[in-house]
Amino acid sequence: MILTISTTHQPATDLGFLLHKHPDRVQSFKQSAGTATVFYPEASKERCTVALMLEVDPVRLARSHARNTPDFSLAQYVNDRSYAASSLLGVALADVFSTARSGRCTSRQELADSAIPLEIQIPVLPCRGGPDIAHRIFEPLGWEVEALPIPLNEAFPEWGDSRYIRLRLAGTVRLADALNQLYVLLPVLDESKHYWQGPDEVDKLMRSGEGWLAAHPESSLITRRYLGRRRGLTNVALARLAELGDDVEDAVETVADDETPQREEKRVPLNVQRHEVVHSALLELGARSVIDLGCGPGQFLHRLVKTPFFDRVAGSDISVRSLQHAARRLRVERMSERQADRVELFQSALTYEDERFAGYDAAVLMEVIEHVDSFRLGALERVVFGVARPAAVIVTTPNYEYNVLYEQIDGLRHTDHRFEWTREQFGSWSDGVAAAYGYRVQRRGVGDLHERFGTPTQMAVFTREENRDA
Amino acid sequence: MPDITGRAQIHVPAMGLIILIGVSGSGKSTFARTHFKPTEIVSSDFCRGLVADDENDQSATPDAFDVLHYIVSTRLRRGLLTVVDATNVQQAARASLITVAKSHDVLVDAIVIDVPEAVAIERNRQRTDRDFGGHVISRQHRDLRRSLRRLKKEGFRRVHVLGGTSQIDAVQVVRERPWNDRKDLHGPFDIIGDVHGCSGELRGLLTQLGWKLEYDDDVAVDASHPEGRQAVFVGDLVDRGPDTPGVLRLVMGMIASGNALCVSGNHEAKLLRALKGSKVTVSHGLAESLAQLDRESEDFRNQAIDFMNGLISHYVLDDGRLVVAHAGLKETYHGRASGRVRSFALYGDTTGETDDYGLPVRYPWAREYRGKAMVVYGHIPSSKAEWVNNTMCLDTGVVFGGALTALRYPERQIVSVPAERQWYEPVRPLGPATTDREPSVLKISDVAGTRWLETAHSGKIKIPEENAAAALEIMSRFAVDPRWLIYLPPTMSPVATSKLDGFLEHPDQAFDEYAGWGVTRVVCEEKHMGSRAVAVIAKDAAAARRRFGADDGTTGAVYTRTGRPFFATTTDLVDRLRDAAAPLFASLDTDWLALDCELLPWSAKALDLIKTQYASVGAAARRSLPEALAVLEAAKERGLDVGDLASRAGSRLRNAKAFEEAYAAYVRPTDGLDGVTLAPFQILACEGRPLALTEPHEWHLAELATLESDVITPTRHRFVDLSSQKERAAATRWWLDLTAHGGEGMVVKPAHLAGVRVQPGIKVRGQEYLRIIYGPDYTDSLDVLRDRHLGKKRQLAQREHGLGLEALTAFVEREPLWKVHQSVFAVLALETEPVDPRL
Repeated sequence: MILTISTTHQPATDLGFLLHKHPDRVQSFKQSAGTATVFYPEASKERCTVALMLEVDPVRLARSHARNTPDFSLAQYVNDRSYAASSLLGVALADVFSTARSGRCTSRQELADSAIPLEIQIPVLPCRGGPDIAHRIFEPLGWEVEALPIPLNEAFPEWGDSRYIRLRLAGTVRLADALNQLYVLLPVLDESKHYWQGPDEVDKLMRSGEGWLAAHPESSLITRRYLGRRRGLTNVALARLAELGDDVEDAVETVADDETPQREEKRVPLNVQRHEVVHSALLELGARSVIDLGCGPGQFLHRLVKTPFFDRVAGSDISVRSLQHAARRLRVERMSERQADRVELFQSALTYEDERFAGYDAAVLMEVIEHVDSFRLGALERVVFGVARPAAVIVTTPNYEYNVLYEQIDGLRHTDHRFEWTREQFGSWSDGVAAAYGYRVQRRGVGDLHERFGTPTQMAVFTREENRDA
Repeated sequence: MPDITGRAQIHVPAMGLIILIGVSGSGKSTFARTHFKPTEIVSSDFCRGLVADDENDQSATPDAFDVLHYIVSTRLRRGLLTVVDATNVQQAARASLITVAKSHDVLVDAIVIDVPEAVAIERNRQRTDRDFGGHVISRQHRDLRRSLRRLKKEGFRRVHVLGGTSQIDAVQVVRERPWNDRKDLHGPFDIIGDVHGCSGELRGLLTQLGWKLEYDDDVAVDASHPEGRQAVFVGDLVDRGPDTPGVLRLVMGMIASGNALCVSGNHEAKLLRALKGSKVTVSHGLAESLAQLDRESEDFRNQAIDFMNGLISHYVLDDGRLVVAHAGLKETYHGRASGRVRSFALYGDTTGETDDYGLPVRYPWAREYRGKAMVVYGHIPSSKAEWVNNTMCLDTGVVFGGALTALRYPERQIVSVPAERQWYEPVRPLGPATTDREPSVLKISDVAGTRWLETAHSGKIKIPEENAAAALEIMSRFAVDPRWLIYLPPTMSPVATSKLDGFLEHPDQAFDEYAGWGVTRVVCEEKHMGSRAVAVIAKDAAAARRRFGADDGTTGAVYTRTGRPFFATTTDLVDRLRDAAAPLFASLDTDWLALDCELLPWSAKALDLIKTQYASVGAAARRSLPEALAVLEAAKERGLDVGDLASRAGSRLRNAKAFEEAYAAYVRPTDGLDGVTLAPFQILACEGRPLALTEPHEWHLAELATLESDVITPTRHRFVDLSSQKERAAATRWWLDLTAHGGEGMVVKPAHLAGVRVQPGIKVRGQEYLRIIYGPDYTDSLDVLRDRHLGKKRQLAQREHGLGLEALTAFVEREPLWKVHQSVFAVLALETEPVDPRL
């Protein structure tokens, strides 16, 4: 991977002083990922160009990094690290030009302090979001940006563009600022880092971003991407930026939910409304023990646990990761014994009979069935209604008819949805299940009612008929 | 009782609990050590030591007994004889142990070691580690004396009292096998369903099974089988039918001559009570029996009473592989003895309720059955005998006008004769037995948690809990319907690493390795670069329903190595493949097939991966290296020494071009299914035949070569006699040629059926192909890459291969779905094990 920086400041060869690298020498620096070489392909009074080339041997890189490196592409022997400018190049740049980056230059301090005409070229730069992001990020910093997409393979034009761009920046900028910006922004564009991030990552960002990041209109995007979407760190960083006088409150990500945004932002989010409705339905049913089947990361479960009316609360999910999130959310490890006795979390699949499902007054299947293949629904019905047989079962699922009201949606609401039902389909399914397993069923809508398309979510409340066995 | 030598003998159960009773110092521990294995003895002193580091710390007694009970309970659950060495002089102490024994349905004997008080006191005095006062012994002695009178009523099967030191020393302990334990009988058996007095049908069935009947004055009194088969009757010989005495006479004769066994049915139990004069409700055909027996001689009636009196409720046969009980038996009750075991065996798992016909409601225990032993039973009449989880009910209601049915064991063959007429009006119409049967039921306990699976081919295999957890998610979210998922292919190891210049893998090692494993001939199959696919195809919807239980009209599935369907809908692909495989359906005389294939081209399934992974790397390389070269060229012109950098960049550019060509070779345009083909290389199984296990690759390739169709890509292959250097060299040339023209490489497999220790196949991948595995420049790093470890990969390959064969065999043998699923699931679980993905 290679990057060049040129200047037409007169005399251009002063670039060598600013960078502390002599234009007539070829200098190599050992890096953790390979060897960085600095040399000057041109060095005249009119124009001087420095090249930083980093040779990476992916095989040795993969072998030297254990399998628990965060960037999974590193663990692959087939990766772009030999060719594309990434955080590896950013780190090499920071290291090789560390003095220049700090803005110090004993022989030319005045020059180091002033903005000079610069041209930076990066032949292959991974840039998630395409050329547009590069413009948004570099233009506010005073660069004239030329970002050209690179096709995946000319032999297969139908494949379109790769995630790389050819980037050329031109502007009159202080060299130290340019270097710091590259150091921060290369991994921001790539959105991938080759090392684990500790809390000091925030400090690094603050130091390198001094003087330009706080005022940048995309500072929250940059911060978020730089810290690799680690929300904990991101929030710390945003708070610290806020202390510097920027209002970034609303940039803090709202809790992720696999739910399409509401049409009007001001409304109560649909998932909150759904929790509310199911919660009150459970109270109405007088269910003292509740199992949340497919509890995910435990948002609704948390709500149940916080309601003292429920003597016993259980959550189960197919994903071990979700259960770990749920356990953290519920702070299971810090619960008192008495509290912990009320709560149970376990992995399960709804298509396998499971003794642990039995013995609850009510089971909740909130936005779950649409994630189950239709050929498995029969097994789910048997497992829940036939074998576990709680006194009540609450099922919610999207109302497909309502999707036309979502502008962003073309098809289903989530990529993992195996189906979404119209009200009629949900009606006949729930009637069928109720009849087959001896339940009575009542259906309600959740969310804003549209006169033609109904509500965004539909809910069925099944109650067991006492004198019948399935 | 004394034996011939005059030594006293006591008979204890070979499996069950023995409670020693005696005061401290009576010599219980010595007695136990003399007559039992050290591991069979659980002593309270030992447990006290475990929990308190001091065998005499009396304050630890409650905890020590908790531990003791736990050990006893665990051993009994596992079916081990256990001897409790504690004083047990108090009734409460004995009662809690008896409760433990009863909860595991085992027999309990007591052995009382009754020495004079003075002897015990003297022995305690001699012990340095214990300072019991004489008063403690005296108190224990009083407790013992008080206990002795009532001991017999506490629930022991037998109480053995040994008095006097000489008797205690001389006694011989004899272990009695439980009556139900006939593991020593290995059949072959003809297991016969509920006869209910239908003597004509019974004679007919026996004749059809090849038995020779013996008559005494036109009355059948015995039968024997020329091949030495044994008959096992599941009970309910009597009541309702026309000739209960005739049936009894024949069966009693067969049992007397050692040709048959019989377990008690509920009807024998009730008839017996009636004959013995108990007051019973005369219903359900009892009246007929009583009337018929009334016409028999007093002598015959007494013989019949003795016979029925001696019937036990179940037998465990053939090393525990077969259990026969009248109404079936759940696994924890096999070989056990207790009131509730008997009641289960006679009446089934009754809920205590009755149905609309006034008949008892039974819990469908067979649905939950997961035991190893086959359970054969009767009791509940149904229109057809069917397998439910390795259990079968043979009552096909002959007396109600159905049929009399037998099961040939171990052949698993059903033989039946129709009823001559309806002899008795059924209370409830005969229906299929399947009303409460769900053959597709899977339970979380079938797959979750750490488990050990026994395989015929690869021994016992451990599936760790965390792997199972990961597999559960993949299986239940992404896999095809488990009914179609009868097999998942094993992983395949590459060949041992080559040291030949420029090569990481080379045929030489494959040939050497197989020769080293004792294989004499191998087949080299072209390795298609596509996606591994398993195709399970039924001939039509009816076959799909009958054989796979597919009730939604699907007639097959084509899925990936992790069980995912290939396309949003594979119906079309299944249909095309069915047409293409028509010759196989005919030649194998089957209505379903499972094929192991490669789906081509690679880009059909992997286009996203190709774009994000391979094409991206190629694009980055093809753009950055020329620019780097230009910049280096400029530097060179300035006289800078960048020659090495430039030559390396030049070489990388050439490698990058080779890399792009390598992956692009496996990209072919497809539009939906147009352009997609399958390259089958093994016929995994068909009706009645686990072909992957029974036929060599030569057979598979020859059968598959008969297929000619647009959707079939043939698999080029050649056979190599490993002793011929010439053939080896020719095969190597073939491989070099194949890989030079864009081929991925080849798979080498034994040409003949090979042993357990032999890898089922190893791959030898081509030089250029490996660029897309190890990176464009891998040839520069061969020294590093040669340091790779194949051990784990090969171990997984072998285990997964064994599990796959187990799944296929189970499916072919019509084992229940959960059993097939368990093995398939285990393959997926092992596949979640972290292994170098480049191998």
